[in-house]
Amino acid sequence: MAELVLMRNFEHPASHTLAVYRQHGGYAAWEKARQLEPAAIVDEVKQSNLRGLGGAGFPTGAKWSFIPKNHTGPVYLVVNADEGEPGTFKDRYLLEKDPHALIEGMLIAARAIRSALGFVYIRGEYVQPWRRFSAAVKEAYDAGLLGHGFDVVVHRGAGAYICGEETGLISSLEGKKGWPKVKPPFPAIKGAFAQPTIVNNVETLACVPPIVARGAAWFASLGSKTQGGTRMYSVSGRVKHPGVYETSVSITLRQLIERAGGVSHTGRLKAVVPGGGSAPILTADEIDVVMDVDGLKAAGSMIGSAGVIVLDESASIPEALMVLARFYAHESCGQCTPCRESTGWIYKMVHRIVDGHGRKDDLDTIVDVARRGAGTTICAFYDGAVGPYISYIQKFRQEFELLCRS
Amino acid sequence: MSLTASPPAFSADQLAEVRRLQSLYPDRRGALLPVLHMAQETFGHISLDVETYVAGLFGLSAAHVHEVVTFYTLFFQEPKGRHIVAVCHNLSCHLAGAPELLAHLKTRLGIAPGETTDDGRITFQAVECLCACEAAPMAQVDDRYELNLTPEKLDRILEGLR
Repeated sequence: MAELVLMRNFEHPASHTLAVYRQHGGYAAWEKARQLEPAAIVDEVKQSNLRGLGGAGFPTGAKWSFIPKNHTGPVYLVVNADEGEPGTFKDRYLLEKDPHALIEGMLIAARAIRSALGFVYIRGEYVQPWRRFSAAVKEAYDAGLLGHGFDVVVHRGAGAYICGEETGLISSLEGKKGWPKVKPPFPAIKGAFAQPTIVNNVETLACVPPIVARGAAWFASLGSKTQGGTRMYSVSGRVKHPGVYETSVSITLRQLIERAGGVSHTGRLKAVVPGGGSAPILTADEIDVVMDVDGLKAAGSMIGSAGVIVLDESASIPEALMVLARFYAHESCGQCTPCRESTGWIYKMVHRIVDGHGRKDDLDTIVDVARRGAGTTICAFYDGAVGPYISYIQKFRQEFELLCRS
Repeated sequence: MSLTASPPAFSADQLAEVRRLQSLYPDRRGALLPVLHMAQETFGHISLDVETYVAGLFGLSAAHVHEVVTFYTLFFQEPKGRHIVAVCHNLSCHLAGAPELLAHLKTRLGIAPGETTDDGRITFQAVECLCACEAAPMAQVDDRYELNLTPEKLDRILEGLR
């Protein structure tokens, strides 16, 4: 079993307090980083092979290096704590159990990108994590860690999945509805309040202090060839011990399900959602896949936020798709026509099939509509819906057809 | 509601807090969501009058504030119950029995998701993933996450809501 990097402090009593964080070596990485040139920090993170753990899997060091070198105005660091991907709950644990790890990661990242102001956008429903994290920020101010060249504003969202999309999040932070923005310009060039902005996920930033403290080579060696480190897999659904499991990103899906106690209910695996609701589904025969960004990509799915939902033989795939289709219909922000219209209609069609009033033709219509809209919208939300629509129907067509009346 | 009800207004302390929040952002409009949270806590829900009032604090049009308020699920445009019971019905909770919980609540409260009991005690909602799937099925009851629910456990929680 790989050592714990991100959850190393979780078992300590009062792990969320500054005193306990410091007792276990907290803020030593920041002390080291403040002696380093910003470019050296960026290089270290590049060498570590850290990839974004919020969903897109983009190399973090490379993202940081996109801030224009000649820019003289403000640069903002924005933390995406708008956790909302179905099946994902890791950032909640970090915010509640190790908030100072995030603050330390922010301090180091801010030095790397020369930012004096950071925003932490926490989903509105996360009231306890928000209180816990806000208290940690106050402690950090009182201890003089914040407020001397870097300030942090904790910002509460108000209920909208799309604000987890980085440009939707920026719109929301600016006091607007959370409509994603057309890219380019990318946030690193023109982001929050029209200034260069780096948006990073909570868990991604929590990796940064260990990288600085123990070195890029060490972090890279924990992972796979193209992705460094461990990550926190959220495992739920039909497993015996649902929970957060931190392990090397080189683990396979089969091993991860075993870590979570194996399949519950019938004990027989039917399918797995490997990377949050938006990941194309995998069948029971497809679980020898390595759970890193490139492993899942090669398997035709995605690791996304590493939210793993296990479905056993007794779970209904059409019902699962109906539940997700309802989610996409509800959460589409309404900006782009293909997404706004298709998510609504596809939900109605899947619902009709589950209710026993569908036709086999409907299945082809759903796949056709999904395909036509893919890649035509401003953000990745609709593509994230298309993956499930198509993969659930293609891989489990018979199960859908059994419910159709003609 | 009296016909002479005074228009919504924050106290002097709250207005100072509004100015403090506005000063945290490069553009004061960034404080709109935090101030709307404050407004909802103060006035119970965000009526058109509250929208107009908040718009005035930001130099924004009432239409912009309306657009924002209606976009987010946590802002209420109508009076809500004294307590909110929001049951997650996304995939992990669905697999763990969310449909049974929702059916139980419908019968028990005599209302459908989105509605409020006649006595104004409880607003009942079916909501998307609250990201506590390891403890499915679950619900948010006001500020708290209630985990690993059963109909019986939910009943006990409801009894504690006055």
